Amino acid sequence: MAELKEELKEKIIAVLNLEDIAVEDINDNDPLFGEGLGLDSIDALELIVLMDKEYGIKLSDPKQGKTIFESIESMSAYIAENRTK
Amino acid sequence: MLTNYINKYCVVAKQRIIVDADLKFTWENGPSSDFFKEAFKHQYAAYPKFFKMDSLSKLAVLAAEYILEGESTDGLALVLINKSGSMDTDVKHQESIQDENNFFPSPATFVYTLANICGGEISIRHGLQTENVFFVADQYPVAMVSAYVDYLLSSGKANRVLCGWVEFYQEKYEAVLYIVSPEGEKRHTEENISFLFEELAD
Repeated sequence: MAELKEELKEKIIAVLNLEDIAVEDINDNDPLFGEGLGLDSIDALELIVLMDKEYGIKLSDPKQGKTIFESIESMSAYIAENRTK
Repeated sequence: MLTNYINKYCVVAKQRIIVDADLKFTWENGPSSDFFKEAFKHQYAAYPKFFKMDSLSKLAVLAAEYILEGESTDGLALVLINKSGSMDTDVKHQESIQDENNFFPSPATFVYTLANICGGEISIRHGLQTENVFFVADQYPVAMVSAYVDYLLSSGKANRVLCGWVEFYQEKYEAVLYIVSPEGEKRHTEENISFLFEELAD
């Protein structure tokens, strides 16, 4: 799981062009939206694409995203349980 | 028609940024993305949204950042023109949907598949709630832009106008922005506008 979290942080930084943010700057339980990384609605859509492209997970219900994308912790747990690749 | 004046200009081309004939920034190595990033950080570091923009918006916002330093943006209208529209980003989007077995369009890329988005980014960055327009033309239409800017000022729709050329396509880029207002020394004439573009040829 630790490896998946590290991988996820690297992918998020790259996909969302988070300039000047390093893997070690993101704590597993930091909120990704709002006060945490300050991601916006377009970033949320990018995370949905990332889940599909990298892990074969299709989120059909956007409401799911709110809990899944709460933090690296919640995201990695969902990926570990539902990934198809 | 009242006489208007060119107050200030900025040229971004050939890895240099020039404001009113002063070299403000230069970057010798690397692709345009590195140049834009370093030039923006040099001028203004704390705006993370810049790094998420497409290349055309980065170029436009970068040029605006340099020319608007110390300037009032009250009633500042925007008139932007280029040759390639948003084609550079359009191509990137097209590539992401080319293969039906690898179909992953990026929402962050898609939102930049309109040329006038770069004007929106300048407006957001500087809090402009003013007239703005984006034209696409093979070359900078000096007479048309000049007449349009004069109209914006004489009609009272704007106090000042930030206008010019912002072109980006496949790593080739050039921007010439200038501010026009009813006050100043250098007259807003077609000849003086054309003179600004001579910086691109140097």
